[in-house]
Amino acid sequence: MKIHEYQAKVLFKQYGIPIPTGGVAFSSGEAKKVAEKLGRFPIAVKAQIHAGGRGKGGGVKLAKSIAEVESLANKIIGMTLITHQTGPEGRLVKKVLIEEGLNIEKELYLSIIPDRATAKIVIMASEAGGMDIESVAKETSEKIIKAYINPLIGIQPFHCREIAFGLKLNPSIIKNFISMLNSLYKLFVEYDCSLVEINPLVITVEEILIALDAKINFDDNALFRHKDILEYRDIDEEDPLEIEASKFNLNYINLDGNVGNMVNGAGLAMATMDTIKLAGADPANFLDVGGGASAEMVENGFRIILNDKNVKGILINIFGGILRCDVLAKGVVEAAKKADIKVPVVIRMEGTNVEEGRKILSESELNLITALDMKDAAQKVAQIVK
Amino acid sequence: MSIFVDKNTRLLVQGITGKEGMFHTRQCIAYGTNVVAGVTPGKGGKKMDNVSVFNTVREAVDKTGANCSLIFVPPPFAADAVLESVDAGIELIVVITEGIPVMDMMKVKNYMEGKKTRLIGPNCPGIITPGQSKVGIMPGQTHKPGGPIGVVSRSGTLTYEVVHQLTQRGIGQTTCIGIGGDPVIGTNFIDCLDTFEKDDETEGVVIVGEIGGTAEEEVSEFIAKNVTMPVVGFIAGLTAPPGRRMGHAGAIVSGGSGTAQEKITVMKENGINVCENLGTLGELCASVF
Repeated sequence: MKIHEYQAKVLFKQYGIPIPTGGVAFSSGEAKKVAEKLGRFPIAVKAQIHAGGRGKGGGVKLAKSIAEVESLANKIIGMTLITHQTGPEGRLVKKVLIEEGLNIEKELYLSIIPDRATAKIVIMASEAGGMDIESVAKETSEKIIKAYINPLIGIQPFHCREIAFGLKLNPSIIKNFISMLNSLYKLFVEYDCSLVEINPLVITVEEILIALDAKINFDDNALFRHKDILEYRDIDEEDPLEIEASKFNLNYINLDGNVGNMVNGAGLAMATMDTIKLAGADPANFLDVGGGASAEMVENGFRIILNDKNVKGILINIFGGILRCDVLAKGVVEAAKKADIKVPVVIRMEGTNVEEGRKILSESELNLITALDMKDAAQKVAQIVK
Repeated sequence: MSIFVDKNTRLLVQGITGKEGMFHTRQCIAYGTNVVAGVTPGKGGKKMDNVSVFNTVREAVDKTGANCSLIFVPPPFAADAVLESVDAGIELIVVITEGIPVMDMMKVKNYMEGKKTRLIGPNCPGIITPGQSKVGIMPGQTHKPGGPIGVVSRSGTLTYEVVHQLTQRGIGQTTCIGIGGDPVIGTNFIDCLDTFEKDDETEGVVIVGEIGGTAEEEVSEFIAKNVTMPVVGFIAGLTAPPGRRMGHAGAIVSGGSGTAQEKITVMKENGINVCENLGTLGELCASVF
């Protein structure tokens, strides 16, 4: 789960991690109020969306007067911000963060992530702050300092020293840096984060450390034990069809094509999408209906897929194993009737009673086409949407 | 011979009295797995069909000699269930549970280092040596006993599809292992390929991977150096959009790394026969094996 920069900074503040003075604003009037409390210029007006590259996209501006804060806020709130991370359709900006400007001396990079290969928590730091870390990692990976931490013992003073000395920090700053790093690690662990990133971590001319940007992602699997974080969820940043699907516990991702598909199992669902593409058509979605294939699940799946007006044909691929295909077939026929499906549906089922299942489908008066295997299924549906 | 589970496996099921636990324990017993005990705290002394239920893993092991555990415990309590089995000396733990917090699994994995217990999963369908022992939720009848091909996969139903295509062509399986779809797992591809290579009965392996992480790249390099058997590989997710979690917690392309295309390229570079269209996997296997 992602949150906005201004929300991440609320958490940073809770943990004593230094951030610029400022506040969120949902209108130019609110922006003015926040700016008036800051007292000095420049003041930054920053679009709040769940994507990076906001500066390059024109969503981060500096104002030299209260009037400019207001006009910039007016311009940015309501704009469709396009960055290299939003896709060409961009994201609608509904709020901005108003912050004091800083006298930047140096920009560092600092992040914490779990390392899946070693099962350790990794702290990554670099003097190349304010830049795209992926390019830094690709071109000059030796510039990135890493410390691998065993979660059973947690961050130790020597880890902090490795990072601090690796960054060649001024001795006067090291103590504050280490204190901040300890707090950041504590936040990461206590909130079950999947990413905590400060880019850039600024050292000001006055030799003060400040997190100019803040990014926190949370492990979805751990949200059950962080109900307070759930309140930070921004529905506006999510696809409405995907929100709808999650209400039915369906794993759905909206894509650009016109072949709707419904599969039981994430790996098989991905492979089915791939097979559709290889057959010359484009998947309209990813939809994993999970382990228990049932009539109700199929009906919900149909509804979600059909909400996407691009869909011209549907492929159902259910590998049940123990699943009784005649029972599923009856369910599919019922569901198709209830959902009033007008597009052709290709169904491939594996399990017990496969032949009975196929018979039920072909004897229904609906446009339900049976497929023998994955190759057959993909070819049939590709033909339909051509 | 097969790997990790066989007719000597004495299985205990943690979470045996829950809906999933009961259903799948019955399926395993019907397949012929030797289920010797179940554990559900508070239900000790009861029976699930003919299986005795205990309050703790330690008691179950003492009374029945169980050496393998299959875990159906819900996410908030699953890591604790694993640790309990580790401390009770269980040799193989298979975790079906999906949704365990990453931090919990990282701690478990670090704790298990150096211990004799092997962990498979979590978020996996389990492991089966067809004809001998089914420790998981996979459809037994889809599998064909007798080998000679091993299968190792990050998926559930995709694995069954692959096995189905092998069985349809008369190609039997020695052992099929689902290593799971989570980012932090107990047993990885390299562990399985290493063990398959040393297994007399396994003469070839199918690897089923997907987007996210670098496990397929790492095992490809391992195979080039250490594995003499032919290997077929399949990667799901060529069409997955970047930055999105595709169902499995570990199936995410982040920062440009973990793409299906990269995995396919590295596999090919290391001599693995890559199937790029799942519809034709069976044909490829028939020609390679």
